[in-house]
Amino acid sequence: MASVQEVLSGNRLSLARLLSQIENDTPDGRAALSELFPHTGQAHLIGVTGAPGTGKSSLVNQLAHYYRHPPENKTPKRVAIVAIDPSSPFSGGAVLGDRVRMRDLAGDPGVFIRSMASRGSLGGLARTTSGVVQAFDAAGFEIILIETVGAGQAEVDIARLAHTTLVVEAPGLGDDIQAIKAGILEIADILVVNKADRAGVENTERALRNMLNLAHPVKRVYRHHGTLETVPAVPASTTESPEQESVWVPPIQKTVATDGTGVPELGDLIAQHKAHLEQTGDWEGRQRARLQAELDGLLQIILVSRWRDALSPERYQEVLEQLIERNLSPRQAVEELLNGAPRS
Amino acid sequence: MSETERKIRVLIAKPGLDGHDRGAKVVARALRDAGMEVIYTGLRQTPEMIAEAALQEDVDVVGLSILSGAHMALAPRVLELLKANGQDHVQIFLGGIIPNEDISKLQEMGVTGIYGPGTLTDEIVRDVRKGVVGEVSN
Ligand SMILES: Nc1nc2c(ncn2[C@@H]2O[C@H](COP(=O)(O)OP(=O)(O)OP(=O)(O)O)[C@@H](O)[C@H]2O)c(=O)[nH]1
Ligand SMILES: [Mg+2]
Repeated sequence: MASVQEVLSGNRLSLARLLSQIENDTPDGRAALSELFPHTGQAHLIGVTGAPGTGKSSLVNQLAHYYRHPPENKTPKRVAIVAIDPSSPFSGGAVLGDRVRMRDLAGDPGVFIRSMASRGSLGGLARTTSGVVQAFDAAGFEIILIETVGAGQAEVDIARLAHTTLVVEAPGLGDDIQAIKAGILEIADILVVNKADRAGVENTERALRNMLNLAHPVKRVYRHHGTLETVPAVPASTTESPEQESVWVPPIQKTVATDGTGVPELGDLIAQHKAHLEQTGDWEGRQRARLQAELDGLLQIILVSRWRDALSPERYQEVLEQLIERNLSPRQAVEELLNGAPRS
Repeated sequence: MSETERKIRVLIAKPGLDGHDRGAKVVARALRDAGMEVIYTGLRQTPEMIAEAALQEDVDVVGLSILSGAHMALAPRVLELLKANGQDHVQIFLGGIIPNEDISKLQEMGVTGIYGPGTLTDEIVRDVRKGVVGEVSN
């Protein structure tokens, strides 16, 4: 396919069109993804999730800017942004507004922003987001920032897809523990308290710190020769003792996404998280788990659909009726369908 | 696997320096309610920014809301940039207060729809769909 070569050589129009093919799950899109696959696996995938309005898009804008203009004469990285917004369940349409916060990036050929509608998918990503991310990866974007829908719930899908997941909180959304959903700690590699210029940041930070201490009892108090000793929390950034190296405690970083305060520090933390993943073998591990999940998921879908194609609708109806009559249990019905000779 | 239905993608942009985008937002919502995916880019977009976004988002249609009176400068420039990027197929429509004498000039340049104040959004939705999908499928 001609367009695959063009995408690999950096043609932006070809890339944009390919992304549509992938998003629409067309045969051409699928074929191109297979061709591109050997070129993937290079990018650092960074997920940005959090409740609506916490400043995800503004932060993505700042992070992209940081990677394009890195400190200390480091080489700029090429940045792709995938921003997902919800589709209307009524019309299937969507207003995708994340670009409004990303105007600073306009005119930079090292940045490519793509908005996606969730198209009925509930996990904070669209079903084809991972394909879109693969295309960016193959096209040589070294950093891929993925902004989720921001349903405000633990969006597990992004933690599965990304190497590093940022969970963004902001003061003023109800700073009690309840407002900060329990599940987020399981997906957060870094906790960002954005809008640090606003009143109440300390409350938000404290609530997060408390939750973190419950989830990761990093501060251990024990008796040593009769005196109480406290082993301080080891910030993930300064792990020294070997036995602690394998534990990453999500650090908390305050930012002001409207002016960039805290963004270089956040960039450092992201780099440290990547280094941590590489040192512990988790980089490979996550990659492996994700690809295996994709393999298993696809296998299921394709096996079921092939088998359904080979099955006569009458036979299916017959067994369904028996199930409804309670002559067969659901499990027996499945066995009946699988073992009874399907017409083929 | 079921084929995902192809969605019409529209970019709604507000070029120029006047700072009010209520009309643009109303149109964006109407297109969404008609099942389209609308990329909304906000205020003060330069033609370069608009063309760049149209390319990255691979849109079918660009809608410009221009209240500043600068339509004769902005619209042709956007058209030119879209062409330069290889997006000749992308249609452009305009919303705003456009004097009669400019309307035919803009149409000649390739602007497919021009909507003044008070236009019903239904009309815009219908035109956009007709322009992209063609009359057969409606
Ligand atoms: N004061 C202050 N306002 C901010 C900060 N970051 C973002 N905002 C504002 O918060 C609002 C929402 O910001 P977005 O970046 O659009 O937030 P988001 O999380 O992407 O929002 P959704 O995509 O709609 O969920 C905007 O008005 C921003 O200007 C910050 O650090 N401080
Ligand atoms: Mg956003």
